[in-house]
Amino acid sequence: MPFCGAQGVALRRAPGENRVPVPSRTKRRRLLAALGAACALPARVIAQPVNAHVDPIDPLIWSLTQGRPVRPGRVQLVLPKLAESGHSVAMTVSVASPMTEADHVAAIHLIAEKNPVREMASFYVGPHAGRAEVGSRIRLNGSQRMVAIAELSDGTFWSTAVDIEVLEAACTEGG
Amino acid sequence: MALARIELPREARRGEVIEVRIVIQHAMETGFRRDAAGTRIPRNAIHSLACRYNGVEVFRATLSTGIAANPYLRFFTRAHESGEFAFWWIDDDEVQDTARATLVVTG
Repeated sequence: MPFCGAQGVALRRAPGENRVPVPSRTKRRRLLAALGAACALPARVIAQPVNAHVDPIDPLIWSLTQGRPVRPGRVQLVLPKLAESGHSVAMTVSVASPMTEADHVAAIHLIAEKNPVREMASFYVGPHAGRAEVGSRIRLNGSQRMVAIAELSDGTFWSTAVDIEVLEAACTEGG
Repeated sequence: MALARIELPREARRGEVIEVRIVIQHAMETGFRRDAAGTRIPRNAIHSLACRYNGVEVFRATLSTGIAANPYLRFFTRAHESGEFAFWWIDDDEVQDTARATLVVTG
């Protein structure tokens, strides 16, 4: 019978023995805490401020930041609100930075959330640039959110996100 | 043989921040397009580009098929001496090319 064992245990218990002895409960708590800690994300991921632009454990973001926090701000991404065609859309990205030896932008990364290749481009500039601004023309596979992440010389990351409406997507034409 | 056009100011004052622009003739094939016979055109995009100003790298980019055909890039750099801007790039077929432009710095 399937319940035999359980009944047997219940019968063998004396009235005062309903509770598990205290020492073993603390042991279990410690074990659960240890398991929880082992499963949890690294503390620096949890500790970082909420940034709606980027998901810190997104592998692409992680490959750029190695888990360091990405704060919103300092980056400006200029795109038209609406593009008739996604084949060629003017894009300008700039970062508020004095661009000196001590404090400059090291890299600017562009991510197109709905393109088949999300990692659109990375631009590496430096104190020589004088001005942290890069422009290009990009392809967009439909309406989506574009994210720009700037890596500064002090090791901090900053980001912005822009939503763009694209009427005719690139990448989908038959010809 | 790729063709490229570089736009620089004709001359710049020493210390002036100048805009450098380049357009390269390249299809930046996405790998999703098909030709008239229906066969897939393989992906071929410029994936790396660098610009040296008198031998010192002032700009580098890693690009993807998310950059429009005939890639256009513009960036800034500080003019410190007369000299040459040398661009180098390479595509997925490992075809490399270069383009050069000179800048005259006054003052």
